[in-house]
Amino acid sequence: MNPILVLLPAAPAGGLIAGAAEAIGAAASIGTPIAVVTGPADALPGLAEQAASFGAARVHTAVVEGAELGAPAADAFEAAARLVQPELVLVPATVEGREAAGRLAARLRAPIAADIVGVARDEQGVVVRHSVYGGAYDVESAATYGPLIATMRLGSIDDRAEAAAPDVQPLEVTASGWRAATIESFEPIAQVSTRPDLRTAKRIVSGGRGLGSKEQFALIEQLADTLGAAVGASRAAVDAGYVEPSAQVGQTGTSVSPDLYLAVGISGAIQHRAGMQTAKTIVAIDRDASAPIFEIADLGVVGDLFTIVPQLTAALEARKG
Amino acid sequence: MKIVVLLKPVPDTYGQRVLDLETGLADRAASETVIDEIGERALEAALQHAEQAGDAEVVVLSMAPAESQSALRKGLAMGAASAVHVADERLAGADYVRTAEVLAAALRKTGFDLVITGDASTDGTGGVMAAMLAEMLDAPGITRLESLEITADAVRGTRATDGGTMVVQAALPAVVSVTEALPDPRFPALRGIMNAKKKPVEQLTLDDLPLDEVGAALDETAAPRSIMTSVAERPPRSAGTIITDEGDAGERIAAFLAERRLA
Repeated sequence: MNPILVLLPAAPAGGLIAGAAEAIGAAASIGTPIAVVTGPADALPGLAEQAASFGAARVHTAVVEGAELGAPAADAFEAAARLVQPELVLVPATVEGREAAGRLAARLRAPIAADIVGVARDEQGVVVRHSVYGGAYDVESAATYGPLIATMRLGSIDDRAEAAAPDVQPLEVTASGWRAATIESFEPIAQVSTRPDLRTAKRIVSGGRGLGSKEQFALIEQLADTLGAAVGASRAAVDAGYVEPSAQVGQTGTSVSPDLYLAVGISGAIQHRAGMQTAKTIVAIDRDASAPIFEIADLGVVGDLFTIVPQLTAALEARKG
Repeated sequence: MKIVVLLKPVPDTYGQRVLDLETGLADRAASETVIDEIGERALEAALQHAEQAGDAEVVVLSMAPAESQSALRKGLAMGAASAVHVADERLAGADYVRTAEVLAAALRKTGFDLVITGDASTDGTGGVMAAMLAEMLDAPGITRLESLEITADAVRGTRATDGGTMVVQAALPAVVSVTEALPDPRFPALRGIMNAKKKPVEQLTLDDLPLDEVGAALDETAAPRSIMTSVAERPPRSAGTIITDEGDAGERIAAFLAERRLA
C-alpha cells in the first residue's frame, strides 16, 4: 500500500500549516497518504478531521502544546515515522514544516530532498522533482534506500485527493527530553486583507520601485483585488518601504509559479526573475524598453504605469460587468 | 563566549548560475563564488554583539571546496577572529544530512556557545540546516530569528513563523538561524582586508573530525543518501509580444487576459 507519511504540525496561529491539502494530494498520487497531526489538545480533533477531509486515509494525532519549541513535535513525528515505516515523508515547506523535516531527518538519519515541486514513482521507487536556480534547471532526486523526507514548495502541486472517512489514531509518544528553546509569546499577523496567499495564488500582481511611493503602491493593490490576485513586490519596493517584506518575490523572498504574473514597474533583475520565471503567463509593464523583464514576458508593455494601470483596472472592472 | 557563524560559498545570484549536466553538481568555474548574503547578515549580528560585549570571540566556519577559501577571507575581513575550513574531496556532492553531520562534528571540535546561520541558502533553498544541527548537537534550536539579543548565558529574539511572530529564548549553548530582516552586513574596510591575511584559517579534512560524536560514520555509504537522478536545463523562456503604449495599453492587456481566461 506504499504508505506516504505527511507531517502536519499545527500552525502557531491555529489550523493546519499551509499546503496540507497539496501534500496529501501529492501523497495520494503515488501511494496511501497517512497524516500525522500535532497541536493543542482542544484543537486536535478538528485538525485531524481536516486532514481526513483532504484525503488522509489515516490520521495519527499527538498533543503538542506548551512553551517548548521544535523538539516535542519532532518526538511525535519520529514516533509516527517508526510506526508507519513510510516510503516517503512529505512536509509542506512552511517554517514549521521545514523545522519538522530537518529534525526528523537528523533523528532518523534519513535523506532530505528540499523544496520539491513534484513527486513520481518509477520502477525503483519514489522520485521527487526540483526546480533549481530559479527554474533554470529541472532536477530529479531519490534516496539511495530507505525513506526519503521531502519538503514541498507551496503552490507547486495541483493534485488533490478525495476526502476520506476519518480514521483517527492517537500516537504513543515518548518525550525525548531534548533541550529546547522556550516560546515566551506569540503574536499572530493581523489579517488585513482577504487576498489570496502569495505562495499559493494562481494570479499575482507585483509592483516594483517604479511605483515610487507607498501611497502609489495602492494601484497594485487595486489591480490585484480586481483580478482576485495576491500582491507581490520586488526587493527594491520592499527595501523602499512601499510594502511589507512578506510580499517579496524572488531569490531571497518567495518563489512563485502562478498562472498569471503581472509585473508592474519591475525591471526584472536576475534575482527577481529567479523567483517568478516559471509562471505560466507573464505580463510586464515598465517605462524602460530595455528592462530585462521584457525578455521573459508573454506580453510586455512599454509605457507609463500611472496611466496604464488605472486604465487596465477600469477595463477589467468593465468586463466583469 | 565563542560564537561560530556558518558561511556558505555559493554561486553569485547576480550572475548566471550553471549546473554541470554530467555530474549534476554546481559548475563552480562558471560563476563567481561569493559568501551567501544571509551568512554575512548572521556574521554582522555576531560582530555587533562582540563589539558591544567585548568578551566574545567570533569564528567563521565553512564546509566548501579548497578553492573557496577566498570567500571565507571575506568573513575575516569583516571582522571574524579566525576561520575553520572543512575541505575534502570526499565531500563533493554531499547531501543535507551528510553536510549537517560534517558541520556538527566541526562544531564539536571547534567548540561553541552560540552557532548562527542563515535561514536558507540561495542555491539550495532548503532551510533545514539549523534544525538538523540543533538535533545533532543536542542543543536548543531557534530558526528564523528576525532580531536577536545575546547575553552571557542565553539568546533571545523574535522568530518569524507561519502566520505570526514569536518571542523565543534559549539557554546557551544553542543554534539559531536568522532572516533577511536582520541589519545589512558591513563592507570590509581596507584595514580589515589587510588584517584578514594574518588571521588563522584552520584547514580540516574528514579525518580530523569527531564524526562519531555526532552519530556519523567516516564512510559516506554507511547511511542512505539523497542522490540526483537526472538534471536537465529548461529551455530559456522566449519573449512574447512587446508593445509600446499608444494610449490604449490598459485595454489591450485586459483583452489579452480575457482571451487567455486570466481575467
